[in-house]
Amino acid sequence: MSRSVVLVDAVRSPFGKAGSLYAETRADDIMVRVLRGLIERNPLLNLSEIDDVAIAAATQTGDQGMNIGRSVALLAGLPNTVPGYSIDRWCAGAMTAVTTISGAIAMGAYDLAIAGGVEHMGNHPIGHLFDPNPRYLAEKIVETDALAMGNTAERLHDLFPHLTRERADKYALNSQLKTAKAYENGGIQRDLIPVATRSSEFGWGIATADEPPRPTTTLEALSALKTPFRAAGRVSAGNSAGLNDGATAALLASEDRALELGMPIKARLVTFAFAGVEPEIMGYGPVPSTHKALKKAGLDISDIGLFEINEAFAIQVLSFLDHFGIEDDDPRVNLYGGAIAVGHPLASSGVRLMLNLARGFEEHPEVRFGLTTMCIGLGMGGSVIWENPNWNGEE
Amino acid sequence: MTTQLEGAPEEVVTKSFVREISLKPFGFDGSLALITLDNGLDFNRPNTFGVASLQSLDAAITEAASRKPSAIAITGKPFIFAAGADLTGLAQLASHEQAVAIGKLGHDVFRRLGEMDIPTFAFINGLALGGGLEVGLHCKYRTMATTAMAGLPEVFLGLVPGWGGAYLLPKLIGPERAVQVIVLNPLNNNTMLRAKDALALGVVDAVFEPADFLERSAAFAASVLKGSKKIERADYSDDPNWDKAIATGKAAAQKKYGGADIAAPRKALELIAASRTTSASTGFDAEDQTLADLTMSDELRASLYAFNLIQKKRKKVEGAPKPALARKVAKVGIVGAGLMASQIAWIMLRNLKCPVVMTDLDQERVDKGVAWVHAEIDKLVEKKRMAPEAAGRLKSLVSGSTDQGAYAGSDFIVEAIFEELSLKQELFRKLEKIVSPECVLATNTSSLMAGDMARGLEHPERVIGFHFFNPVAVMPLLEIARTTETNDETTATAIAVGKELKKTMVITKDSPGFLVNRLLTRFMGEITDAIDEGTPIEVADNSMRAIGFPMTPFELLGLVGPGVMLHVTESFNRDLGPRYRVSPTMQRIVKEGVRAFYIKGEDGKYAPNPKAMELVEKGNKPSTSEQVRERALRAMTEEARMMLDEGVVSSAAEMDLGMLLGAGWPLVLGGILPYLDRIGISEAVCGKRFHPRGVASLPQTL
Repeated sequence: MSRSVVLVDAVRSPFGKAGSLYAETRADDIMVRVLRGLIERNPLLNLSEIDDVAIAAATQTGDQGMNIGRSVALLAGLPNTVPGYSIDRWCAGAMTAVTTISGAIAMGAYDLAIAGGVEHMGNHPIGHLFDPNPRYLAEKIVETDALAMGNTAERLHDLFPHLTRERADKYALNSQLKTAKAYENGGIQRDLIPVATRSSEFGWGIATADEPPRPTTTLEALSALKTPFRAAGRVSAGNSAGLNDGATAALLASEDRALELGMPIKARLVTFAFAGVEPEIMGYGPVPSTHKALKKAGLDISDIGLFEINEAFAIQVLSFLDHFGIEDDDPRVNLYGGAIAVGHPLASSGVRLMLNLARGFEEHPEVRFGLTTMCIGLGMGGSVIWENPNWNGEE
Repeated sequence: MTTQLEGAPEEVVTKSFVREISLKPFGFDGSLALITLDNGLDFNRPNTFGVASLQSLDAAITEAASRKPSAIAITGKPFIFAAGADLTGLAQLASHEQAVAIGKLGHDVFRRLGEMDIPTFAFINGLALGGGLEVGLHCKYRTMATTAMAGLPEVFLGLVPGWGGAYLLPKLIGPERAVQVIVLNPLNNNTMLRAKDALALGVVDAVFEPADFLERSAAFAASVLKGSKKIERADYSDDPNWDKAIATGKAAAQKKYGGADIAAPRKALELIAASRTTSASTGFDAEDQTLADLTMSDELRASLYAFNLIQKKRKKVEGAPKPALARKVAKVGIVGAGLMASQIAWIMLRNLKCPVVMTDLDQERVDKGVAWVHAEIDKLVEKKRMAPEAAGRLKSLVSGSTDQGAYAGSDFIVEAIFEELSLKQELFRKLEKIVSPECVLATNTSSLMAGDMARGLEHPERVIGFHFFNPVAVMPLLEIARTTETNDETTATAIAVGKELKKTMVITKDSPGFLVNRLLTRFMGEITDAIDEGTPIEVADNSMRAIGFPMTPFELLGLVGPGVMLHVTESFNRDLGPRYRVSPTMQRIVKEGVRAFYIKGEDGKYAPNPKAMELVEKGNKPSTSEQVRERALRAMTEEARMMLDEGVVSSAAEMDLGMLLGAGWPLVLGGILPYLDRIGISEAVCGKRFHPRGVASLPQTL
C-alpha cells in the first residue's frame, strides 16, 4: 500500500548566532517567514490542499509554544482549514517532522504537507527549564556526561582515541572552507529566505546570509581554542556547532500528486530509521540508525553517493566516517560544509541536511542515493535515505 | 540649519537608525540603506517628530546617503510608522518665527528624501499619520502593510498638512482625491485610510501583508530598481477637476461647521489649489507660513487642548473612587422599552454580554423594544461584523416582560421612563422589593435629580445618575451623577459599567440637567426667547452658525423633540429658576403636536414648517443675528460660571469635555469655555476667564 514520497522543495532562514542576529526576533516570526517563503516559491501549491503542518522545536514554550505547528500556520496566513502540530525529537525534530509526515503520505492519509523546525537558542538556551528525573543519576540510568552534549562528544574521543583533536580541527576547518566556497558560488543562498530582523539598537535589518561561518579561520586558530567541557579535552567551540537561531521548512508530497500538479521533485524518499545508543555517546547514534536504514532499503553504504551528516561535533562525524571506512575529507560528505560552519539551531537542522542533499542531487546526476543523518541527544541517531530524481543511470 | 530651534526638553525623541541591506537576494545587485524610526517605546507611544527627532532623521539621511546605496528606504518600529508632529511641542511654540522654523525644519529634512539622486522608498509598516505620512509622500515610492492605517488628520485638529502633504499629495493623486484625504476625511470623524483605500487612491504603490512586509517591500524596491516594476505617475496639472475638488472641500467644511469660517480647511484648500502651478519651494514656503499662522492662533491651541483632553479623559475618570470597589454586574435591567431604553439595553447587552431584561407597561411595547435590539444584532450579522453564533448568544440574553419581577437577581438597573419624578420614585420603591440591597438603581433622567428619586428608599446609597446622549451608541459621553448619599461602591460600579460601554465619563453633582443638558437648554432658551420677541426663526436659528456648532438650535430640537425640550425647560424653570423661561411658542407647538420647525421639502432641502410658523409668538422686539448670538453666549457664560461655582463639575476642563463629547461641539471651540474666553465674553459677564491664558489659548506673553 505504500506510496512514493517526494521532497518538492525545502528552504530555510539564514542561521544566526544566539543573542545576535535574531536577538529581538521571535522564533515563530522566523518560522512564519520561512513558511511564507516556501509557499511563495511554490505557486503551484494550492494552500487549502496542505494536509498538515508539522513543526519541530526542542523547547516548546514561549515563542516556540502554543502548538507551534498550528500557531505558525495561522500566523503565516494559511487557510484555517489547514491543521498543524508540534513535534520534538531534540536535534532531529525537523527530520522527524519529515519522516512522520512522509509516513502519513506513504500510507495514503496525506497528499501534500509541510514539515519543518525552528529553534531560537537565544530565547531558549539549551538545558533551560530542564528538570531531569533524579532517577537518572540515582539509579545510574545514565552518567552525568549524558546530559551535557559536549561531554558526550568528549566521550566519543575517549572511545576512539585515534580520532584526535587535530583530526577534529582539520575536519572543522574543511567544513568552514566548503561553506565559504559554497557561498562564493551562490550555492547556499539559493535556499535562504530573507528574514526581517528587529533591533531596537540598530533598527530593522534583513537577514540574507548565515551569521556563524568563519571563512577566514585557520587550523592554528582552531587548535588554540579552549576545551570548555573538560581540562585537556578535545572538543572546542571551533570543532562544534554553535548555539544558533533559525528555521527550516520542507514541502513533501506523494509522488503522484506532485506529478499531477507539475511540481518539481528534488528527492525521492527511500526509507528512514531511528536508533538508540548509550546516551553517554549520543554522537554515535547515526551509525546504528544508518545500518538500520540501509538494511531496510536493501542497500550498502557503498551505494550512497552523497552524505549530509549533521556536524553537532566534528568527532561525531569522524566516528561515523571512521566506522564506515570513509575518509575524513571524502568529497561526497557535506558538499557545502555543515553545522560547524553554518550553525545548528537544534530542531531545525534536519531539513537543512535535506535541502543541501537536494542541491547535491542536482549537481551530481551520477549519484543515485544519498543519506541525511544526525545524532540526537539522550543517545539516538536518525537516518533518511533519498533517491536522486535526476539520476542519469550511470554509476 | 535652524539655530533658534532646540528640542523641547521633554520631547520623546524618535531616533532614526540606518542599516544597509543587500538587495542581491531580491534580484538586484545593489544595496538599500534602510532608516528605521524608533522612539524606543511600545506601540502605545507612536513615533513622533519634534525638533530632536527631525534632527536625528536628518543625520540618518546624511549617513544613509554617505554609504552610496542604490536606494534609501524609511520604515517604522513594530506596528507604527510615525504619527506625525509632536503636538506637545507644537503647543509650546512661543513665537511665529519659531513656528515657521519648525515647519521649515520638517521640510528641509523631509524634502531631502524627495530630492535625492537615488530612488527613495517609504515602507509604511504601521500607523502613518500627519507628518508620518508626509515623510512618506516625499519619498519617490511607497509600500504599505495591509493592516496599517494612514491619514492626514491635520485639518481635524485645526492645522494643515504643512510638511509637504498639502503640496505633494495633489500632485501625486490629483485634486479630487487629495481633497478627500486632506479635507473630507478629517472632517468626516477623522476617517483614516486603510491600506486598500490608500492603494486605490494612489497614495501608496503596493500593499503587502504584515507577516513579511519588510522583506516584500525590499523585493518591491529591488524590482523598481531593476526596472522590472514600473510605477507610472500622472500629471494632474491639467486635470479638469481642480475647481470642482476645491468646491467640494469648501462645501464639506460649511456643512461640518454649520457655515462658520474655520481657518484650517480653508487654508488647506488654498494650499491644494496653489499646488497646481507653484514650485515645490514656493509650495513648501506657503505651508510653513500657513502652519505658523495656525499654530500661533488661539483656535489651534484650543483644538490641541480639546484633543488632548479627550485623549486623556478617555481612560481617566476625574474624581472616580477606587475601581476595586466596583461590584460585579452579571444581570442588567432596563426599565422602559422605548427608543432610548432600547438603545441603552442594546449597548449594555453588546458590551457586558450578560442577561438584559427590559420591561414596559404592556406586551406590545416590550416586544417592540426586544425586536429593536434583535434588529440591531441582525444588522451587524448582515454587515459581517458579528458571527451568527455570537448573535445567537446575544439574542438569547435579552428578554422582555411586563412583570417587574423579572428584575430579580439584577445587579444594575437603568430606568429610562417618562420624566416624571413621582413615577420614578414609585418605580424605585417597587424595585427595592425585587432586587438585592446592592443592586444599583441608575437613572437616565435628563432633567430631574437622582437624589429626589432616592428619597424614602431603604437603600438610597445605590441610586445614581447614569445619563446617556442620543444616539446612545454614537455619542461618547456618559454623565455619572452622584447624589449626596450615593456610596463609592455604587459609583465605582457605574463607572466600571461605563468603561465596559467604552464611554468617556464626567462625574457631576446631582443637579437638574446634570452638565450638558443644563447648558444646552439655557442656550436654547435664549434662541426661543428671541423668536418669541419677534426675531424671525431663520435669523435666530442661524445666529450660531458663525461659531461652528454642528447643528443649529432647531436642528437639535428636531432631534430631541419639542415635547421633551419643553418638558425639560418647564422642569428647569421650576427647579433652577426663572432664567429658564417657558416659551409660549414651544407650548403651542407641543400642544398642537407639531414635531419640527423645519420640514424636508421635495427637493430634499429643509424649509420652515408652515404649521409651526403659524404658532410662533408674534413679538415686536426682533433682534439681529449678532444680538441673538451675543445673548445666547452671555447666557451660556453666566450658566457655566454658576455651574462651576455650584460644583456641578469639578473643573472647567470637565465642562469642556462634556460639551465636546455630549453636544459634539467642535475642537476649535475647545469645548466651549476656551471660546468664551477667546471672544472676551467670560470676562465681560463674570469678570474673569474660565481658563488661565496658555492653557487652551496662546500664552500671555504674546
